[in-house]
Amino acid sequence: QGKLTLLRDTRTDGSFLVHHFLSFYLRAGCKVCFVALLQSFSHYNIVAQKLGVNLAAAKERGQLVFLEGLKSCLDLLFGDEEQLGQPSPLQFLSGSTSDLRALFDFVRVSLTPADGDSWKGPVLLVDDLSVLLSLGAAPVAVLDFMHYCRMCVCCQLKGNVVVLVHSNEDSEDEENELVVNSLCHHSDLILWAEGLATGFCKDVHGLIKIIKRLSLRQAEQDQVQVYQYKIQDRNVTFFARGLSAAVL
Amino acid sequence: LVFTEEDKYGLYSNLLFKYFLAEGIVCGHDLFVASAKEHPDNILKELPAPLLDDTYGKELGDEAAAIKSEDFQESMKIAWRYQNLPKVETSPTTYTKFGHYYDVSKKMSPELCQSVKWHSFYLHEELSSEPKMKTCNMNSGYASLLQSIQRIISQEGFDGSDPQKKQRNILRIGIQSLGSILWGDDVCCSDTPEDSHSLTKFLYVLRGLLRKSLSACIITVPAHLIQNKAIMERVTNLSDMVVGLESFIGSERETNPLYKDYHGLVHVHQIPRLNSLICDVSDTKDLAFRLKRKLFTIERLHLPPDLSDTVSRASKQDLAGSAKLLSSGCGAMAIGKKHLDF
Repeated sequence: QGKLTLLRDTRTDGSFLVHHFLSFYLRAGCKVCFVALLQSFSHYNIVAQKLGVNLAAAKERGQLVFLEGLKSCLDLLFGDEEQLGQPSPLQFLSGSTSDLRALFDFVRVSLTPADGDSWKGPVLLVDDLSVLLSLGAAPVAVLDFMHYCRMCVCCQLKGNVVVLVHSNEDSEDEENELVVNSLCHHSDLILWAEGLATGFCKDVHGLIKIIKRLSLRQAEQDQVQVYQYKIQDRNVTFFARGLSAAVL
Repeated sequence: LVFTEEDKYGLYSNLLFKYFLAEGIVCGHDLFVASAKEHPDNILKELPAPLLDDTYGKELGDEAAAIKSEDFQESMKIAWRYQNLPKVETSPTTYTKFGHYYDVSKKMSPELCQSVKWHSFYLHEELSSEPKMKTCNMNSGYASLLQSIQRIISQEGFDGSDPQKKQRNILRIGIQSLGSILWGDDVCCSDTPEDSHSLTKFLYVLRGLLRKSLSACIITVPAHLIQNKAIMERVTNLSDMVVGLESFIGSERETNPLYKDYHGLVHVHQIPRLNSLICDVSDTKDLAFRLKRKLFTIERLHLPPDLSDTVSRASKQDLAGSAKLLSSGCGAMAIGKKHLDF
């Protein structure tokens, strides 16, 4: 309750974590607002079906609010203003404002419980935050957006926030590193998926580090657990380092 | 969205680009060709001619000793993967192999070129008209290209907007040398370009257009000229598939005996992971290409056997160095005097 979970990937694709959290929270009966910036709805839908959740049905019954970034962007650029009705959540793209206020308002409105809602806690899921930087948002604007979301979703609505970011070692993308580092300090839980340092392997797809913040105030050591994983068609198997099924 | 990093002199990436378009013609797809460098009409005149099944069979027989056919199949699978919306069935065809083969020494006949509908976008002819969409601080060249693509997609019904159209087709989009100075973008010239977001915004909108229509796109970019690596990282994140071509021309590898059979390396930086948790990863990631008189082939990189006893220290280290680069599976690798087997 009220936690910020940061999903981070380096040298590999961490989107399997996003799919996991999406189906996990939907199955738990939470109301989810999914800001999907990188892929289309049908992509998530197809994967979710393999994981046992129907996104279209969740959308129908109001459990899932899905913002398809790609489609929103096209509507903003090529559509007519009158058609949209309300201001687009990706308003910052058109250059009229430089902050992500419209996006935050979208999130707030979607997750504020309406009368008659019987869902358990609200959840905000973002895939992925680094794209906002590519689209011209300033790192400060992105951090402000995250701050507002945390205040609203975690503190006021007692919900959870899960965000995916990309990062690279010796990355030259300073803006991205700034955002990632800042979020690392604010997160309660960090799931860091890394590609293997020694290169590509068929049986072990990567390493995942689970870093749990025990307390933000006291200077206690964070709890770190490391596993390796292999992604399959319908699930992901985790195992201790060096104990992949291929080796045993 | 297939993103190709051009090799230094653009020779081989141009070839890949033409292959993509030629495949489109042979499959009956519509084409959209955009360039700021060459007029698209000229590009289309220079597409390689397709090899008919029977003649290729004969060629293969001749060269069977050199190339294993499953290598070929494998390389075609890696190089020609393209993205479509999952709901679409491609036209019912019974190709036994994936894709076609082309003869680089012959040009495609004009009748075959004319058999499909194609649209072109030559930047210097289009600059006069004002883009009607909101440009949102994007480079005007990119903005008008996007508008042109969007117009074709909606006019020709690739986005399913025309329910009357029974026969659905695929639009193959090829964009040459994006990001180069010819498009008006200075991302290739300086470390801190004036508008560092134009290219990434363009790619994002293009991705949106591709996802909502039946189209596939290949882009070639002179990546070696882009000095700001942050932009390359962002661009990689925004593309489905990223392939880099490194040619040996003019580099020290040209004389390296390890690479004497090949003209360059193919680096697959990213493979698409669409509609599934897993992606289709092949066994090996080390591919090299060579351009023979008639064929352009992409093969697994084979190291020649290290048979000589008197191999000098320097080249042995080279061998060990490149053996480290070849990471294939978790199997043990025999480094040293033994023949390397894959």
